[in-house]
Amino acid sequence: MKILVPVKRVVDYNVNIRVKADGSGVDLANVKMSMNPFDEIAVEEALRLREAGAASEVVAVSIGPKEAQETVRTALAMGADRGIVLEAEGNVEPLAVAKLLKAIVAEEAPGLVILGKQAIDDDSNQTGQMLAALLGWPQGTFASKLVLADSGIEVTREVDGGLQTVRLALPAIITADLRLNEPRYASLPNIMKAKKKPIDFRPAAQYGVDLTPRLTVLKTAEPPARPAGRRLASVAELVDRLKTEAGVL
Amino acid sequence: MTTLLLAAHDGASLKDATLKALTAALAIGDDIHVLVAGDGVAGAAAEAGRLKGVSRVLTAEAPALAHGLAEPLAALVVALAPAYAAILAPSTSTFKNALPRAAALLDVMQISDITAVLAPDTFERPTYAGNALITVRSADPIRLITVRTASFRATPLEDRAPAPVGAVTAPTDFGISAFVSDAFSTADRPELTSARVVVSGGRALGSEEQFKALLLPLADRLGAAIGASRAAVDAGYAPNDWQVGQTGKAVSPDLYVAVGISGAIQHLAGMKDAKVIVAINKDAEAPIFQVADYGLVGDLNEIVPELTKALG
Ligand SMILES: Cc1cc2nc3c(=O)[nH]c(=O)nc-3n(C[C@H](O)[C@H](O)[C@H](O)COP(=O)(O)OP(=O)(O)OC[C@H]3O[C@@H](n4cnc5c(N)ncnc54)[C@H](O)[C@@H]3O)c2cc1C
Repeated sequence: MKILVPVKRVVDYNVNIRVKADGSGVDLANVKMSMNPFDEIAVEEALRLREAGAASEVVAVSIGPKEAQETVRTALAMGADRGIVLEAEGNVEPLAVAKLLKAIVAEEAPGLVILGKQAIDDDSNQTGQMLAALLGWPQGTFASKLVLADSGIEVTREVDGGLQTVRLALPAIITADLRLNEPRYASLPNIMKAKKKPIDFRPAAQYGVDLTPRLTVLKTAEPPARPAGRRLASVAELVDRLKTEAGVL
Repeated sequence: MTTLLLAAHDGASLKDATLKALTAALAIGDDIHVLVAGDGVAGAAAEAGRLKGVSRVLTAEAPALAHGLAEPLAALVVALAPAYAAILAPSTSTFKNALPRAAALLDVMQISDITAVLAPDTFERPTYAGNALITVRSADPIRLITVRTASFRATPLEDRAPAPVGAVTAPTDFGISAFVSDAFSTADRPELTSARVVVSGGRALGSEEQFKALLLPLADRLGAAIGASRAAVDAGYAPNDWQVGQTGKAVSPDLYVAVGISGAIQHLAGMKDAKVIVAINKDAEAPIFQVADYGLVGDLNEIVPELTKALG
């Protein structure tokens, strides 16, 4: 079985982003970019399934500017076998990404597609569910545990009340949550090896998918700042202020 | 221009999240239908008929809908969609799972986690862990929306002549997904997303035993729900459904007490809309103090028991 892992290039999670003064967007000049952390977890899970003998090949695919190859290269350094970059400029929305991934699934015929549950830039939490819809496949979102069996896959999911386990027929879509695993770091030898692994570049346009955004961003703003608070000297003072000043007790 | 509101409920009654999403629905338009899907929903449907602005309640009941599986639930939404200009649901895990599936089947871009309605086709939503609020206008003929409940007040049930309740055809089971089991924590505490007070613990609690020994008595005194940082959940001190943050739950209580939490942007994303924030941390430079109204610098192992006692 082949596993396809879509990976997104995003602003590194440690960066404190800044909104441009004219409200036209987020300032991405000279900002550190990394693989979306949830996608690292997805790559790790695919590698573990291959290492356990449940999968034969792990293919990483990224949709984005040319630089998205760095993200694919990171997946290859972690251990993925080969990569695909679909080059597209500008903002490609989850719906369009799902349509492009559907075309890649048709070419690659994976038994599982494992994605991150959300990208930490647009925070949409949609792509995996949309891909599942377009393929007519079942979906195991927010996964914290996977158990493969002959007849399908059992997915334990992080839900509002706790955990839910579902059984899905294969092929299926999985989206990774934080507790699925702890992703490995790429070792130096593996980073060197990854340089020789194949990456296939294609223009996203060749798939005939309309990439025009459905949502127009009219404005980008910083959230209102909270007024500065104060340090208190004692627990007694805290209780007093919560009662009299804040009125929340 | 009718709006369809998808209800979060437990069969017997509506969840608070539904009353908050209703507030967003009312900002779009005042002709609202409510869909109550599940298996055995009479109580929740009766309540839905007393919601402000609601002119019809639709029920869909089938074993396949009992556990909120995305495949049948999305199919149901798609079947109902042609009659509506907007379909809204609270950002619960059930609807975060199912609504994008419905959106793709309808060929529309979902608008996730809205924090404000500016016009029937224009919304505000957070990106970058809440550090950039974007205003987006949808060009789709029908808008599919999830609502960040922490950003809307609940519109309470009304004492009114109930709206008519009618059943719609439930989808068949596609046979590609099945419910196996639930492992739900059954604490009789207020729900995290609707509690008036939240006490949250971080990595500094050090163990599950210490997390419980220190925070449960404080939460009991305050009638609070309990939350946690990702680090505390990853370490096994607290269950996953207690995680507050960008990728956990968003809360906006009157009082949020952060104990031994550093205040990473991913954590702040889930709690900085609280009315009053208290931080207890031994590091005077911890970023949590930048959003806290009141800060106590010191060892939580001394401060928390003292606070619990002072509230007694
Ligand atoms: C993709 C992604 C998603 C994430 N999503 C979330 C999320 O949704 N929610 C979330 O919370 N985090 C999230 N995180 C993690 C986040 O970046 C931080 O790592 C996490 O919030 C840190 O948790 P913490 O504050 O408990 O631990 P730490 O950062 O280790 O802070 C512990 C704090 O305790 C204090 N302390 C230590 N001992 C004592 C003592 N005896 N008394 C008092 N204070 C003490 C320290 O000074 C320190 O400030 C995410 C990260 C990533 C990459």
